[in-house]
Amino acid sequence: MLQDRDRIFTNLYGEHDPGLDAAKSRGDWDSTKQILLKGRDWIIDEMKASGLRGRGGAGFPTGLKWSFMPKKSDGGPAYLVVNADESEPGTCKDREIMRHDPHKLVEGCLIAGFAMGATAAYIYIRGEFISEALALDGAIAEAYEAGLIGRNACGSGYDFDVFLHRGAGAYICGEETALIESLEGKKGQPRLKPPFPAAVGLYGRPTTVNNVESISVAPTILRRGASWFAGIGREKNTGTKLYCFSGHVNKPCVVEDALGLPLKELIERHAGGVRGGWDNLMAVIPGGSSVPLMPKHVCDDVLMDFDSLRAQGSGLGTAGVIVMDKSTDIVYAIARLSKFYMHESCGQCTPCREGTGWMWRIMMRMVRGEARLEEIDMLLDVTKEIEGHTICALGDAAAWPIQGLMRHFRPEVERRIKEYAARLPRAA
Amino acid sequence: MPANRTFDEAAIKAIIADMRSLDGPLMPILHAINDRLGYVDQRALPLIAQELNLSRAEVHGVFTFYHDFRKAPAGRHVIKVCVAEACQSMGSDRLVDHLRAAFGIGLGETTPDGRITVEPIYCLGNCALSPSAMMDGKLYGRVEGTRADRLVRSANLAAAGDGR
Repeated sequence: MLQDRDRIFTNLYGEHDPGLDAAKSRGDWDSTKQILLKGRDWIIDEMKASGLRGRGGAGFPTGLKWSFMPKKSDGGPAYLVVNADESEPGTCKDREIMRHDPHKLVEGCLIAGFAMGATAAYIYIRGEFISEALALDGAIAEAYEAGLIGRNACGSGYDFDVFLHRGAGAYICGEETALIESLEGKKGQPRLKPPFPAAVGLYGRPTTVNNVESISVAPTILRRGASWFAGIGREKNTGTKLYCFSGHVNKPCVVEDALGLPLKELIERHAGGVRGGWDNLMAVIPGGSSVPLMPKHVCDDVLMDFDSLRAQGSGLGTAGVIVMDKSTDIVYAIARLSKFYMHESCGQCTPCREGTGWMWRIMMRMVRGEARLEEIDMLLDVTKEIEGHTICALGDAAAWPIQGLMRHFRPEVERRIKEYAARLPRAA
Repeated sequence: MPANRTFDEAAIKAIIADMRSLDGPLMPILHAINDRLGYVDQRALPLIAQELNLSRAEVHGVFTFYHDFRKAPAGRHVIKVCVAEACQSMGSDRLVDHLRAAFGIGLGETTPDGRITVEPIYCLGNCALSPSAMMDGKLYGRVEGTRADRLVRSANLAAAGDGR
């Protein structure tokens, strides 16, 4: 279990003031200039050594991502874009950072931006986050006023601007290239890669997109040293992580703990256990709605980190843990997810635009049992046709929950289909 | 947010003139019109297209892509009910029923007197306090039972405060 002294987000619950003075007393903006003076290469090497993997869902090593930016500027601008479009169902971690500890993010922007040679940071915050946008806006204004960002940021001789940009209610804008399109004022439709944003990104300039949590932990890692961060968690899954527990637990919460701890232990210690006891557990979606669910027997001893969950056919995603007990209509829950993806598909790629609708309609029939047994395989076939055949990962994200359902709860779906068929009057 | 049903061309032109020099000005302009006038009138789109040197199709595409931009004025008070997984498992359906009983409207509808709109939203990021709802930009958590009554009461109070 994580010691209090190893916590990065010391104001996660808003017990203290989010303002600049209070943030400084918690250690933010401490010797930022000295960190910058150590140079780009030192920062990137340190981030690589810390083993920090992106906290937005894919788990790509953050230091490596920063190193993809051009080493020598061609004189034009380059950008850091912070993805604060947190809209994955089940995920509520970034909002706590922005509301209660916004200076961690602003300082992270400066350090990350410096390390990748960016001239400005754009923070793309989702339209629904109103108090979060206000808190962040206040923090940015305070930082400008104190000379921490802007011209000659922190007295380092480096000029760096931070802009806040509000989204307008489109889930797909959490995808990095869709987010860039949206920042440019277009429809949030993902771009085909390559070229990758590190070469051609926002306004055609080199750009790196990072999650709020990845950026916010960077200053603390650099202050305390890569070996400190790398010493927490498991090999290749290092450091601390914000977990969000929701659904059928006694005490839903957002909590910071080490990666690589058993799921059961985390739920029982932080979330007060499953409603009605552990044996009342039916399934857990461990990383936000996009990852396949895990039935109870897997949850019993799985570890919460990128590689352990992948080995179980699921994923850590955003660590938005949705717990479902035995009262859940599991087929309906997944059908509802299908509706979400149908609603949020941007409409650019045919397999996703059409397929998400098909999947939802078939799923709704399966909820009632109004289907034939062979249609289960047909549905899985549709998911395979979508998965990997679209520009962005929304198609995959729409396909995985259904694959997870059928992998673990196929007998339940078959039972409904058989019961429905038995209720039908026999054909005359 | 006052619902101004007459088309205020001057106000829209002023907003465009104010923001056209921004990088990627289209979204901020649409946000500003939506915030100040309550919705984005179809008649504003060609004006924006003209001023930003975009095609009308491009402006229409962006406008219709994002759910936050309204095509028609909403009720004076908007209740958004989270219907995503965590809230659903904790009873957002019951909350929708509760609101239907109180106001006679379902998701995506507005009361005939234009007081209140109820809308679905996928995840307010408040999953730890499910089921959640948002009224006029203010977030409400654990909206069940008496707390749901309180939400209804706040909505009625807010509507009564409109000076009708």
